[in-house]
Amino acid sequence: MNRFPLWKYVLIGFTLVAAFLYALPNFFGQVPAVQVSPVRTTEKVDTALLAQMESLLKASSLATSGMELTENSIKARFASTDLQIKAKDVLENGLGERYTVALNLLPASPAWLSTIGALPMNLGLDLRGGVHFLLEVDMKTALEKAAIRYQNDFRTELRSDKIRYGRISREGDAVTVHFSTRDQRDAAVNKLGTAFTDLVYTTEDQAEAFTLTARLKPEAEKQVQEFALQQNITTLRNRVNELGVAEPVIQQQGANRVVVQLPGVQDTAKAKDILGRTATLEIRMVDELADPLALAQGQAPFGTEIVPTREGAPIAVKKDVVLTGDSITNATPGFDNTSGQAAVHINLDGKGARIFKDVTRENVNKRMAILLIEKGRAEAITSPVIREEIGGGRVQITGMESAQEASDVALLLRAGALAAPMQIVEERTVGPSMGAENIEKGFHSNLWGFLAVTLFMVIYYRVFGLFSSVALAINGFFLIALLSMMQATLTLPGMAAIALTLGMAIDANVLINERIREEIRAGATPQAAIHAGYDRAWGTILDSNLTTLIAGIALFWLGSGPVRGFAVVLCLGILTSMFSAVTVSRAMVNLTYGRQARLTNVSI
Amino acid sequence: MLEFFPFKKTIPFMSWGKVTTAISLLTFIFAVWSLWHQGLNLGVDFTGGTLMEVRTSQPADLHTIRTALEKTGLPEVSVQNFGTSHDVLIRLPVKQDANAAETSNIVMSALQTVDPTVELKRVDFVGPQVGKELYDSGALALLVVSFGIMAYLALRFEWRFAVAGMLANMHDIIIILGVFAFFQWEFTLTVLAGVLAVLGYSVNESVVVFDRIRENIRKMRGATIPHIIDDAITRTMSRTIITHGATQIMVLSMLLFGGEALHNFALALTIGIMFGIYSSVLVASPLLLMFGVKREHFIKPVEKKEEAVV
Repeated sequence: MNRFPLWKYVLIGFTLVAAFLYALPNFFGQVPAVQVSPVRTTEKVDTALLAQMESLLKASSLATSGMELTENSIKARFASTDLQIKAKDVLENGLGERYTVALNLLPASPAWLSTIGALPMNLGLDLRGGVHFLLEVDMKTALEKAAIRYQNDFRTELRSDKIRYGRISREGDAVTVHFSTRDQRDAAVNKLGTAFTDLVYTTEDQAEAFTLTARLKPEAEKQVQEFALQQNITTLRNRVNELGVAEPVIQQQGANRVVVQLPGVQDTAKAKDILGRTATLEIRMVDELADPLALAQGQAPFGTEIVPTREGAPIAVKKDVVLTGDSITNATPGFDNTSGQAAVHINLDGKGARIFKDVTRENVNKRMAILLIEKGRAEAITSPVIREEIGGGRVQITGMESAQEASDVALLLRAGALAAPMQIVEERTVGPSMGAENIEKGFHSNLWGFLAVTLFMVIYYRVFGLFSSVALAINGFFLIALLSMMQATLTLPGMAAIALTLGMAIDANVLINERIREEIRAGATPQAAIHAGYDRAWGTILDSNLTTLIAGIALFWLGSGPVRGFAVVLCLGILTSMFSAVTVSRAMVNLTYGRQARLTNVSI
Repeated sequence: MLEFFPFKKTIPFMSWGKVTTAISLLTFIFAVWSLWHQGLNLGVDFTGGTLMEVRTSQPADLHTIRTALEKTGLPEVSVQNFGTSHDVLIRLPVKQDANAAETSNIVMSALQTVDPTVELKRVDFVGPQVGKELYDSGALALLVVSFGIMAYLALRFEWRFAVAGMLANMHDIIIILGVFAFFQWEFTLTVLAGVLAVLGYSVNESVVVFDRIRENIRKMRGATIPHIIDDAITRTMSRTIITHGATQIMVLSMLLFGGEALHNFALALTIGIMFGIYSSVLVASPLLLMFGVKREHFIKPVEKKEEAVV
């Protein structure tokens, strides 16, 4: 009665081998590496860059222990952190500013493990050191900025239609226009209502004062907020690239928050500084008489400076600034009404609109450039030709290659100009030594606890205790393998959860062993006792594990950060323990005792 | 065969009802009193504020550090040693202004004037809004877990079992919180995770006993309910102690090797495990008796079947 069919043993054997293989990479540790990736995420890395890196390292006689080319980065491994840091300096100087050179740690597991997809778990910030920021976007300001934009637009629109108005005031995100007659007010409602469909208008009549108040519709409000968040995430991405972090995480959390995780970053003061800084935009005229050959050699005509375009070609721009980014209130991608080409629409504030009108009148058929200046370096986002005088503060730039390019340019314009302010609402920093200490502590907690439990089980239940302990160790492997396959992030609370689930998993075996003892005491034959023990204990094991699973799921659902990591491990640990404690230990028992027809005594 | 509990006879747990109820009530009242009187010492996770851990190369001179920090104008800075004389813990209450995140930078530069080699080991800064959210979702998690488990027990057994099991568990949770309040141990997110794990874990215990009670009701015809419960507890006693012992070994290992970060977490689990044993045996079962559990709740007489559909 205590025999498994062959397929069951084969299946168990197969899962054991798989679990062992997938858990294995976690035990090899990590090697220092240098990671090179392009500053612009759209750029790809190629073998030419690989060759360049090889020759740079060779010239400084720094030996790598392997380089790998992935889609958007090249990683070079080194034998020691000393070599790694030297190599970082060499590459940083040699490759220039187009590439980010960052220190990284790569798994030291052999290549054949990686080829079958067996990768180690990611280590959380508390285990590898680094910074975690939670930033909150100030949505109130984002909405107010939108209102300021409409305030200016109203002025232009009413003027162009020769509707007389009094004062345009703004309170929070509501814009109020004052009129002296009802007719003027009603004409304005009609006019503005068709021009700006994102707004709801309310009117109010008082003695000699007729007003019209406009507010964003709820869905438009939502869109403004989404835009602000998206744009801030883009800005943060650019900034983080600048910091040279190997595997940054930048993610939206909820409606108005962004999580930024920077593994390995120690200088939090600098990180905060860079994340909080805003870029500036400048509009300047292009010097079209400049000789392209001279530009390529870096010689700028008098009164101009050389600025690269997004494609990398240099252009000469005048040093006089026409407008700064403060005048740009919004930029959106769209299409040209007549040609249907992809275009970017820019809105300027009142002062900006006046200057822009004058400049464009004087410079028809000349080129102007919009520059993004960050960290003291300028780049021309776009350099369109002025076709005609542009009044009213609404500018359309065409000549985009695709809708994608238009939206990229619009995003860059907004990112520089209109980032809604952000505030750090949570910070968790862990120093590098602390990370290593935490790994050691978590590991020792598990190791010594496991050894003590094993010792106890073997003394108390003898052979069955040994089976239980082996099943427990296998459970540990299952858990680690599963977490590795999911590429879960291991944290210190996660390691605590591993220890806790190991302690709790033994419960199933204790239940089974106690039942078997009881059956033997009641006079059952050993074979019958084993059978009944496993059979009867199963219901109880299921019940007790399900209650813990309920707690785990609720923790995962409602928890945040460290609590979530704990919950994931807890839930998975419960699932693996049911398999290992019941099926795997039963297989061991069956293999040992199942074939002995006249079994008179079991060691329990 | 090595046995810790070679009980031949059933132990009359239920006849000790009055004594155990009195003990439970006393500890419970004590826990509620310390919660109400002193309150939990909530960590920055829940209150908001800044917590910094630094390591100095020389044994830290707390007085100099305090003076240096007072000069920065930051209010109510608390400086204390923990672990070794090189490790210093600095706490700052939440600041109601935009640059609250800068606090740790200010503190670090002030510390560097005292000791240039000071090493920053950890910073936890939590804004007041985030702290409140973490507190709310923590409280919600506690409620959801409680009701989830109760619903499961009601489904699997019967409502009397569900309520008894849940009350026994709330008793454990209140006692953990009470002890944390009494000793003013810091209550952090990790500790909360531990408390919630205890909630799931200590229900296990009740489930195992309840399972036995149900089995006994079906098997031991003619026995009284108190005797049935006594028998169930006695038969599962050995398993209870060994299982909890094994879990406690792991927790003890965390307490010894896990360092500061896991210390309070392990403490919460230790209290939870100790009271988990006690409450599932001596709180849940007497409650079950009090709620008037009957044989008929599990063995439905055939002739009454039509009436049972109410």
